[in-house]
Amino acid sequence: MRELLRKPIWPLVALLLLNLAVTPSFFAVRVQDGRLYGSLVDILHNGAPLALTALGMTLVIATRGIDLSVGAVVAIAGAVACSWIAASPDPASSGAALTGIVLALGLAVVLGAWNGFLVARLGIQPIIATLVLMTAGRGLAQLVTDGQIVTVNNDTFSGISGSALFTVPVTVVVAAAVYALVALVTRRTALGTLVEAVGINPEASRLAGVRSRSIVWTVYVFSALCAAVAGLMISANVHAADANNAGLWLELDAILAVVIGGTSLAGGRYSIAGTLLGALTIQALTTTIYSVGIPPEVSLVFKAVVVILVFLAQAPKVRALLARRRRGGSGPPPAAPTTPAAPAPAAETTGSGR
Amino acid sequence: MTALAERARVAARVPTRFLPVVVTFALFVLMFAGGSLRYDSFASGQVLLNLLIDNSFLVVLAVGMTFVILTGGIDLSVGSVVALSTMVAASLLRAGWPAVPVMLLVLAGGAVFGLAMGAVIHYLEIQPFIVTLAGMFLARGLCYVIDLQSISISDPVFRTIAQTAIPLGDDLFLSPSAVVALVVVAIAVYVLHMTRFGRTVYAVGGNQQSAMLMGLRVGQAKVGVYVISGTCSALAGLLFTFYMLSGYSLHAVGMELDAIAAVVIGGTLLTGGSGFVLGSVLGVLVLGTIQTILSFEGTLSSWWSRIVIGLLLLVFVVLQRVLARRSAAAST
Amino acid sequence: MHPPRPLVEMLGISVAFGPVQALDSVDLRLYPGEVHALMGENGAGKSTLIKALTGVHPVDAGEIRVNGEPVAFSGPAAAQAAGISTVYQEVNLCPNLSVAENLLLGREPRRAGRIDWRGARRRAAEVLGRLHLDLDPSSPLGAHPIAQQQLVAIARAVEVDARVLVLDEPTSSLDASEVEELFRVIRRLRDDGVAILFVSHFLEQVYAISDRMTVLRNGRLVGEHRTAELSRRQLVSAMVGRELEVLDRLDHAPAAPADDEDPPVLSAVGLGRAGAIEPVDLDVRPGEVVGLAGLLGSGRTELARLLFGADRADRGEISVAGRAVRIRNPRSAIDAGIAFTPEDRKAAGVVGDLTVRDNIVLAMQASRGWMRRIPRRRQDELARRWIELLDIRPADPDALLRNLSGGNQQKVLLARWLITQPKVLILDEPTRGIDVGAKAQIQALVAEQARDGTAVVFISAELDEVVRLSDRVLVLRDRRPVAQLAGDDVDTDHVMELIATGGEAGA
Repeated sequence: MRELLRKPIWPLVALLLLNLAVTPSFFAVRVQDGRLYGSLVDILHNGAPLALTALGMTLVIATRGIDLSVGAVVAIAGAVACSWIAASPDPASSGAALTGIVLALGLAVVLGAWNGFLVARLGIQPIIATLVLMTAGRGLAQLVTDGQIVTVNNDTFSGISGSALFTVPVTVVVAAAVYALVALVTRRTALGTLVEAVGINPEASRLAGVRSRSIVWTVYVFSALCAAVAGLMISANVHAADANNAGLWLELDAILAVVIGGTSLAGGRYSIAGTLLGALTIQALTTTIYSVGIPPEVSLVFKAVVVILVFLAQAPKVRALLARRRRGGSGPPPAAPTTPAAPAPAAETTGSGR
Repeated sequence: MTALAERARVAARVPTRFLPVVVTFALFVLMFAGGSLRYDSFASGQVLLNLLIDNSFLVVLAVGMTFVILTGGIDLSVGSVVALSTMVAASLLRAGWPAVPVMLLVLAGGAVFGLAMGAVIHYLEIQPFIVTLAGMFLARGLCYVIDLQSISISDPVFRTIAQTAIPLGDDLFLSPSAVVALVVVAIAVYVLHMTRFGRTVYAVGGNQQSAMLMGLRVGQAKVGVYVISGTCSALAGLLFTFYMLSGYSLHAVGMELDAIAAVVIGGTLLTGGSGFVLGSVLGVLVLGTIQTILSFEGTLSSWWSRIVIGLLLLVFVVLQRVLARRSAAAST
Repeated sequence: MHPPRPLVEMLGISVAFGPVQALDSVDLRLYPGEVHALMGENGAGKSTLIKALTGVHPVDAGEIRVNGEPVAFSGPAAAQAAGISTVYQEVNLCPNLSVAENLLLGREPRRAGRIDWRGARRRAAEVLGRLHLDLDPSSPLGAHPIAQQQLVAIARAVEVDARVLVLDEPTSSLDASEVEELFRVIRRLRDDGVAILFVSHFLEQVYAISDRMTVLRNGRLVGEHRTAELSRRQLVSAMVGRELEVLDRLDHAPAAPADDEDPPVLSAVGLGRAGAIEPVDLDVRPGEVVGLAGLLGSGRTELARLLFGADRADRGEISVAGRAVRIRNPRSAIDAGIAFTPEDRKAAGVVGDLTVRDNIVLAMQASRGWMRRIPRRRQDELARRWIELLDIRPADPDALLRNLSGGNQQKVLLARWLITQPKVLILDEPTRGIDVGAKAQIQALVAEQARDGTAVVFISAELDEVVRLSDRVLVLRDRRPVAQLAGDDVDTDHVMELIATGGEAGA
């Protein structure tokens, strides 16, 4: 449990305070036309797509997998929805919007199942299995939009991003709802525990009768669904589908959010709250850069340095070295052996991350 | 005794390790032939050479990536290092530095960058994916720090290299970049097959634990491949500079994925220990052929190439899986 | 005849891992031109002794001398430089490289800075020829069966001109003809004056190849003997020991042997898997405890795993309660009512980062599927009940399993399966590495389960346990079934005899 407490609340808080110092009215929130406005609201609103994508990524990583295709799915979702709307007889109708949305989500399920098939059934390494969709997927999105940016003028569709529910922006509501749903499902059902078991000790789980195959399928489908919802949000925000740029490199930010949040790339215990904090931190980072006036040239380096520090802080080897230093260099503590046996033949590779 | 010998001979007759490269080569020939049939003027020596000329930087990149992947690692930073190299070169040239020191500095920078990442990966035992991802952000971020705008290059040496055409007789020509790429490939093949370092790279990818127990210098190999990758990225950056005659932070976005795709298509296993540099080169040529076909086609747009590349990747990955299962069954 | 001076002497070697004394003042002497067998059960200290000799692990006390000179190895490379080469049980070579490469990796002949491949192939062919191994040097190592990879590993050790060759369980993956091949090589090396340390659980092989034996038990030296002077019975007795631990007397009345009217709840006919175990017939009746007795490596675990579907059998059939079932994976076994606790609980049983409660209900939950969660209250109730029943300490359902001691982890794993109320309970070394008190508790538990009608298959290296609990005993030796004992025949002497002799006359 102590690991979960090591969630990065401090970077987020530090960033927010920094903003407050620079802009005293940073925390100010106002209501206008039935919707909340303010910098804090912006962070939540703009960070919702990342938070959702990172959520799906969390479960995948928990099973010792990774999903590089989420960015492509974001693009595909926007492309499918907007193209459908644009091509329907009444492009401004809510019917067209709803159908487009359902289509996009349905396609996402298919794509997620495809990833699940490659990983669970064919046993292909997740990093390369999802790289296939990452590469081809964006091409698919461009195919759907014919390489153009497809603009739509549909209030229902735009409402995904623009409207508010009891003054809270719909994006935030949806993200919060999905997080709540996942938290509920993983706690109320056994899915959370089984996912963790599969990630912590796949062999023990297999011998205990856990159906790891269907669990792995499920997490990849869910990841694609989350990405699709994020894609719809992004698309609705700009009233268009840009197959080239939508969700570009989103998978990297999503993976970062998950890792910052305390979930290890090696799988096992995961933290949904941690991922949320991680996503908000990354979003806050972006906001900070603008509002504090960090010159755009330095923004990425800033991000890189923060990321490097977090990883160094989390690495067990680094912690061991620091602990040894603290103990006065007396060497590593005596470790009880597992079984006195010949060196294990595990094909020990550094692993390409997954 | 004879039963054992018999079994040994039968098992050894299966050359599974060359199969993926042969398949890639066959695919390349097929695609090129297909293009030749479909378009006039496709089946020319120059079109073939252009594959190399237009993709020389990717060839160098793929060579570096092969080393890393052979040890079971991965390097996501290569595209960003290419961009950084173009930026450093362009800005130094703009500041009046002479060409040769600039090139040397860029190469050294790439090596040091790779060294830092490799050391963190091996000694701090952090996953290559994460470390090189951070490297990618850092390198690209440094590009922005240098200049947000593109910097054009007017240095005479660079310009000359960019515009030189090395005649090969028969109206064929090659660019200096292409020659550099070929030299890099030759060196890589030599290192991997003729030096202890190269064999250690393969051994580490095959079974790192065993390599350690056999007394091989595993640390040297694991860090070394990232140094090589960093240097190759820097060199690819220079070649790219000759190609574009500019430095720009948005150069080479996503190029690391192209490099990885080329390596996978070339038959190298992501798990390490198996693969050939020549395979990766063929992978680049395959990707280049797709681009050429698309440009000849004219009407088809770039997204088809993405889809085709994705499908190709899929085919190769599944093929690799099948072959892996087959050879696992053969050895029991 | 005056024996030659020992090549290697290990005197008074002690090694401790934290509070556990792995070796306590052990001596070992290796003479040139001799095959010396190191014998002992699991946990006896053999691996630790080898690690000390080969420089993998430092010693806490004692001295190692090579050729009369005291040495202290800083690592495996130093030991290799001193002429001590090791071939491990798992072939520590690189299967993706060729045979020749594996032989010479790190020592390839070079010319002008680059590897001289022709010279390498010649050298490889030479080494292979010296040992009469007919392998194509350019073929990839992975293309050859494990047996031959093993021989290549030995050839590599020889190539380096080792004077001492340590073979750690070299025959685990070999069949009879391959073992013959290996022994030929070993004899040739012995005749060349190499000192060979041979570790194995296969008694017949040890008797066939070794000249001298050292027996360890519980980290202590039991004795060093010339092979010819130690009978099989004496050897087994020395390894297994006759220590009578103070345990509660168990009220387990063995079921009357004439219980053949009861149909077996689990029945295996001709069950086997190539390289793991020869075909076995086994019946287990409800309320009966069947013990699998034999030394480590005799095939007990392999058989248990086949019964549970952890590995797939390639021969034979299984029926549960009279109905034939296809047990292809653990899921199908569990659905048929079979439960299994694995030998290596760390790798295959303990889900360390989950709580005690989560671990206890894991199998039950897996059977219900992820959607139908066991209500939290019920989970708590179950966890608490079993924690109390099995006396799991600390009695905290929220404790992470990896923080519990081995004995308590094992009890949690037992609870995991008992909760599913299986028809058949297969326990592979449930008392290994556990303190005496927990051992007694687990044995009492097994007896109780049998009384309640569960069929139990019980595996343990400790014969006393097996004999105490079992109604029938299946004796295994060198991967094949030897005999089944029932009723009054089930006693320690009888079982040891069978293990030692394999049922053949003469010891």
